Amino acid sequence: MADPFLQIEHIRKSFGPTTVVQDFNLDVGRGEFVSFLGPSGCGKTTVLRMVAGFEEPSSGRIVVAGKDVTRLKPNQRNVGMVFQAYALFPNLTVAQNVGFGLKVAGMPKPDADRRVAEMLNLIKLPEFGDRYPYQLSGGQQQRVALARALAPKPKLLLLDEPLSALDAKVRVSLRDEIRMIQKELGITTIFVTHDQEEALSISDRIVVMYGGKAEQVGTPFEIYNRPATKFVANFVGTLNVLEGVVSDAAAGKVRISSQELSLKGKLNGSKTGDQLSLALRPEAIALGPKPGHDASLQGQIADVHFLGSVIRVRVGLGSGIVSLDTFNNSATPPPTVGDKTEISFSSNDLLVLH
Amino acid sequence: MSPHPPSGGATERMSQTLSLSRRLPTQWLGVVPFFLFALLFLILPALSIVLGAFRGPDGGFTLANIVGLNTPTIRAAYWVSIYVSFWSALLGCLIGFAMAAATVLGGLPRFIRSPLLTFSGVASNFAGLPLAFAFIATIGPAGLITVWLRTEFGVNLRAATGFNLFSTTGLIATYMFFQVPLMILIITPALDALRREWREAAEILGATGAQYWRMVAFPILLPSLLGTFALLFANSFGAVATAFALAGPQLNIAPILLFSQIRGDVLGSPGLGYALAFGMIVITGLANALYLWLRARTERWQK
Amino acid sequence: MKRAIAWIAFLLGSLIFILPLVGMTEFSLSMRRGEYSFDAYASVLADPQFRQTFTYSVVMALFTIVFGVLLVVPTAYWVRLKMPGLRPVVEFITLMPLVIPAIVIVFGYIRLYNTSSWLPLTGSSMGTDILLMFGYTALALPYMYRAVDTGLRSIDVATLTEAAQSLGAGWPTIFGRVILPNVFVAVLSGAFLTFAIVIGEFTLAALLNRPAFGPYLQLVGANKAYEPSALAVISFGITWLCMGLIQIVARLAPKPPTQLH
Repeated sequence: MADPFLQIEHIRKSFGPTTVVQDFNLDVGRGEFVSFLGPSGCGKTTVLRMVAGFEEPSSGRIVVAGKDVTRLKPNQRNVGMVFQAYALFPNLTVAQNVGFGLKVAGMPKPDADRRVAEMLNLIKLPEFGDRYPYQLSGGQQQRVALARALAPKPKLLLLDEPLSALDAKVRVSLRDEIRMIQKELGITTIFVTHDQEEALSISDRIVVMYGGKAEQVGTPFEIYNRPATKFVANFVGTLNVLEGVVSDAAAGKVRISSQELSLKGKLNGSKTGDQLSLALRPEAIALGPKPGHDASLQGQIADVHFLGSVIRVRVGLGSGIVSLDTFNNSATPPPTVGDKTEISFSSNDLLVLH
Repeated sequence: MSPHPPSGGATERMSQTLSLSRRLPTQWLGVVPFFLFALLFLILPALSIVLGAFRGPDGGFTLANIVGLNTPTIRAAYWVSIYVSFWSALLGCLIGFAMAAATVLGGLPRFIRSPLLTFSGVASNFAGLPLAFAFIATIGPAGLITVWLRTEFGVNLRAATGFNLFSTTGLIATYMFFQVPLMILIITPALDALRREWREAAEILGATGAQYWRMVAFPILLPSLLGTFALLFANSFGAVATAFALAGPQLNIAPILLFSQIRGDVLGSPGLGYALAFGMIVITGLANALYLWLRARTERWQK
Repeated sequence: MKRAIAWIAFLLGSLIFILPLVGMTEFSLSMRRGEYSFDAYASVLADPQFRQTFTYSVVMALFTIVFGVLLVVPTAYWVRLKMPGLRPVVEFITLMPLVIPAIVIVFGYIRLYNTSSWLPLTGSSMGTDILLMFGYTALALPYMYRAVDTGLRSIDVATLTEAAQSLGAGWPTIFGRVILPNVFVAVLSGAFLTFAIVIGEFTLAALLNRPAFGPYLQLVGANKAYEPSALAVISFGITWLCMGLIQIVARLAPKPPTQLH
């Protein structure tokens, strides 16, 4: 990156004998929205807390706008943060919460009041200044928390699973709102989540983390379509994994439950007899032949789930089972369980996981 | 519901008795014993004192008893009682808070917590005469520390510091033994309820530790602190036994004066005795009313 | 730094507790000149008055506990189940003994129930004992009620009652076989607390002229040197035992089933 705004360099963190973050590196550009995605315990929150200053890295350094902040206390970093839930000060009104950072910074009251009003407009709660947090819904509380974090004009915005305590509908609308505000202000943002849909929908780039390490860094498109590791492929999206054995490395032939697939040029470096995992997204598979699909396998319909606009079909292939989605078409009835069928896909969509 | 006609009558009868019991307030019967007890042994006794305070020897209404409280002895008794209760409550709150905060927030090892709370439960119930004996054995004229200071350092505790266990200062010191643990018991859950996120949110917004305490933590704790203070105040205001054992009947504090009055009418007027007791209810009542009022003011942000 | 301050605060505060305990223990062992002995304890235990008054207070405590449980548990249960609107009133009443000094309450008893009143309880020693028990119940009310109410909160009273009713149980069965066992631990901790309060109580017993342990302590305190410390150690031991039993009982308690969210 030409001009990284936030640089995280060789960060390690251990609590006693357990290492929770190992050699984590990341450059974030100015105004970029980066998500840390991973299961709980993967170290994503720890990295965020080190950027915030709540944890000190065991080694490595953190640079914001060219300045090393690794040893700075949280209250010296000028960073905004939104916590999971219930982090509003219960004894202060909405306006006092939003103005908290301005007050401790010593901003004159008229200026602070103007800024608070501005922030309440931004989160579309201009009439809520005199309420107390307990009088707000969960979604409103998190919007106030966002306004509170943004009011002192931080250099960096950190979001620690801010949506996880909300119900599904609010989660989606608030997610979009966060993204809109972030774009409007152009503030560099790190968003921690364990929800892959959230990360995919909102981010410029995603860091998929596992076991204290970054498994892959990339745009949502790259992460979803070209997962670099088996973990990323499994964690992001639904995936069909077929176990196979390379039957002829030179010809690119792979045997999957007594059927043979020809995958020329995709087996980079595999030898005959190697075990392989082949992964396919449900939407990449079609029932029957389809133009552009150069590979096919024989199977039997095991299961049909009618989901409305989409029909999810599960097809048994000898030992394994694959799921695929077809669109509902009122002219053709869904397949029947037990029918023999053929599935087809493009070998370009096939992910070979080592 | 059974569809068969024969059982229909029974069902009907049952629903009739049910609706009857709905109409009659039979559910009140369940709380009658409690309210009867409260009335006879809590409310009426207190009320009879209040009435007695306003009744003259002839049985008519009078303010003479209340006015009669305004003697140097009785004024001093109330004053010393309030003084002792106020300071023992305040010091109890401060020391108890310091110890609870040290345990919960100060990074002391976690294994200290449970024994401290258990011990506080014991100590807060260890009052009365045995407590006085313990303090006499420790800092009384022949107590462990007094003797130790004298023999090892040649220091006369009483002459050097003016400390006398059988005075109000001694009383306050002795009351610490149950006031401090009571505070610890009440404030520890309140300190636990301070969320880590509040502290971190304040910090990341640029607040110092002192600012966090002044603007967030202290206002949140204030209702608990006030409530505990009122409780500790009432707790020492009505305490008779410890004071009695320390200083005997001659210590002029309101409960001991009342004790002597009940035993032997030292005030020379039964009505004055009721007025004295009534005054005690008023003072503890005022302390609690003040607490409720302050709490209502500080708790606007609570449901 | 912060931790050092915390340690200092903690250790200094602990002195308030440790010194008197050490002091009374040391003093109680010092009756014989020049060496530690249990002479003070032997003297106390040999005193027939000690045995009489102690027994009297233990019996009073037991009666108070039984009466308190019979009064508080049904009330707390009934209020939770049928009359939740009464809760604030009942709670206010149970907190009254914390606000009105015990000495004022007993003063009221003497005025209301003296020999020339409509209910001359103080006219006989039996009547006075009953009055004393009621007084103790009132003193213990805040603790007993809170313990039981907390216990009831942890179980779903309404569902348990309905389940029992649907199985055909009557009120005595519901109460004795369903509710009481479920709040048994809470009741026990209330009971031990009551015991600790009653056993050394002075004001009520002294003003009602009953031969209880509290007035005996006062008598010894006024006339003896080492025995009071021995009695203080014994009293502290009893308090400790009561609180320890509460902890043990709480630990042995069956955990309520985890709530599904």
